[in-house]
Amino acid sequence: MRRRLVAEPGNRLPLAFLLIPPLAWLIIAYLGSLAVLLLSAFWTVNEFTGSVVRTFTTDNIVRVLTDAVFRTATLRTLGIALTVTLICAVLAVPLALYMAKVASRRVRLALVVAVTTPLWASYLVKAYAWRMLLSPEGPLHWAVGYTPGYGLTATVLTLSYLWLPYMVIPVFAALERVPDQLIDASSDLGASDLTTIARVVGPLVFPGIAAGSIFTFSLALGDYIAVTIVGGKTQMLGNIIYGQLVTANNQPLAAALSLIPLTAIVGYLLAMRRTGALDNL
Amino acid sequence: MTIRRLSIALACAATVLAGCSSNSTSGGGSGAVPKMEPATAVGDGEGQLNLIAWPGYAEDGSNDPAVDWVHPFENQTGCTVNIKIGNTSDEMVQLMRTGQYDGLSASGDATLRLIYAGDVAPVNTALVPNYATIAPFLKDKAWNSVDGQMYGIPHGWGANLLMYNTDVVKGAPDSWGAVFPGAPEYKGKVTAYDSPIYIADAALYLSKTKPELGIKNPYALTSEQLNAAVELLKAQHANIGEYWSDYTKSVQAFESGTSVIGTSWQVIANMITSDKKVKIATVLPKEGSTGWSDTWLIAAKAAHPNCMYKWMDYIVSPKVNAAVAEYFGEAPAQTKACELTSDKEFCATFHATDAAYAEKISYWTTPQTKCVDGSGENCTAYSEWVDKWQQIKG
Repeated sequence: MRRRLVAEPGNRLPLAFLLIPPLAWLIIAYLGSLAVLLLSAFWTVNEFTGSVVRTFTTDNIVRVLTDAVFRTATLRTLGIALTVTLICAVLAVPLALYMAKVASRRVRLALVVAVTTPLWASYLVKAYAWRMLLSPEGPLHWAVGYTPGYGLTATVLTLSYLWLPYMVIPVFAALERVPDQLIDASSDLGASDLTTIARVVGPLVFPGIAAGSIFTFSLALGDYIAVTIVGGKTQMLGNIIYGQLVTANNQPLAAALSLIPLTAIVGYLLAMRRTGALDNL
Repeated sequence: MTIRRLSIALACAATVLAGCSSNSTSGGGSGAVPKMEPATAVGDGEGQLNLIAWPGYAEDGSNDPAVDWVHPFENQTGCTVNIKIGNTSDEMVQLMRTGQYDGLSASGDATLRLIYAGDVAPVNTALVPNYATIAPFLKDKAWNSVDGQMYGIPHGWGANLLMYNTDVVKGAPDSWGAVFPGAPEYKGKVTAYDSPIYIADAALYLSKTKPELGIKNPYALTSEQLNAAVELLKAQHANIGEYWSDYTKSVQAFESGTSVIGTSWQVIANMITSDKKVKIATVLPKEGSTGWSDTWLIAAKAAHPNCMYKWMDYIVSPKVNAAVAEYFGEAPAQTKACELTSDKEFCATFHATDAAYAEKISYWTTPQTKCVDGSGENCTAYSEWVDKWQQIKG
């Protein structure tokens, strides 16, 4: 069927109509803006007016690699992204296991709805809700007498909350695909529940966890809004890039800085490709 | 499969870079002001007007139904006003460069950058009748004119204030020392303005407390003076709970007890006072203060220039200028506004017609290598301030 679509000349036109918009979008909007970004990293700015001067220089790249502030922020940001990913995984696996293998049909539906409903609410509303929750005299303090206040902990908590559904769904999908017979066979052969989870379910679900982690890692890595709301005086890489772009109006340096998260994501994707996670997205 | 992987990789990367899309402006590298002719006549309105304004400058009743001078303007001129609030001067410069706006209310640390980059056009003051009665000490100033050509219409001016929660902070502080050496007393609850221009506040404090540094103008700092200010701010950083640039965040931080002392604007104090959740007080500290002197500028390529000229005249008309000044808490630029304020003492309180007082405020100015006070060529530029500010925040 597919071959015939291409082979018959009369069908080429509709096919082109179908493919041109997404391809144009991909090439012009995604690849094009990335190319401009890469290119502008090698430009510089007029010191006074802040307008971009298109002369080639590697100063920005050198600064990004050598400046201590950028290194600290990069490490902090990577740390936050990895912690958020870990927390999401730790929370998501038992939840997804229960949803996929234990819960009744009705409870499972209720849980899927519960996990995905927060995605309907605006990002800002959720971030500000955490700001309220964690405030010095806020509900958390009232309930348990303690609040971490605004800072690194609050940022990790908020981001973990925000991106948790992106971990639960792929893990749940992966677990659903594990046939119940495999689990039965494992226990028939004398394996304990823990052994079954570790040696049968685990390897089958790992690509799902890896797929979810791509979402949580990249979303947490690029975030710069939640941290301004609940992060106190913490700054992440995104804030520094934003600061260089908007505050300093130094687009070339901002472009050079944004190569850091780009590299981190590409590195993470390459690592995840080995797990087969990209086939599970 | 390869293509699919690539597209996934790109989608992920695009998420990260979403905030960084590129809109480079054509480069203007020279130090000269681009040659432009001001308008010669104001015709009929174009029906639309897109403005960038400081919070509180273009109120349309959405914050307080009683505070609305945008709708009367729309009814008078037929120009529908779209307002984009700018939280910092840097944000405004960036917004202005998108080319989507007809004009803005710019402070002195934005005006020259916009003028020299050719983003704004000179203004023919003859086409703005209300310009005649604007306070003379605001005309032809370094931050709103070049070589005797006005680039905007002065709007109002005022000082950054020290604000504190009166239930927590005892003894009515009257010095910026309360947020510098005195900051550990309120550790974790001190706030400061999140912009490199805040370095000038530290420099101003040092100019009074450490005369040996020789700081004359907080915007004209040598490397050594800048470093001294940065050290002070790094020490302060340990006691900061959070910085603010979004004024609503500052309001919420004070109301929730997150912040109890720090630099603020009168408009923020007004909002907290009207919400009645916490008790606060403001003071102009004895060291003096940094402050702003704002000017309405017109975009060089304004799509609705006639509406913009009408707005510039309207916003400095006595009645409207009085209303804006009282709401925002600043001295009106329009001398005739003083007769129309609801509080008859208002202009006296804000020293609106007191040229000598106006001289004492250190108005936001863009730091340049060529010292802004004319003292030499060895000063630090704003880009250096930005880098230092990121270092302070760590």
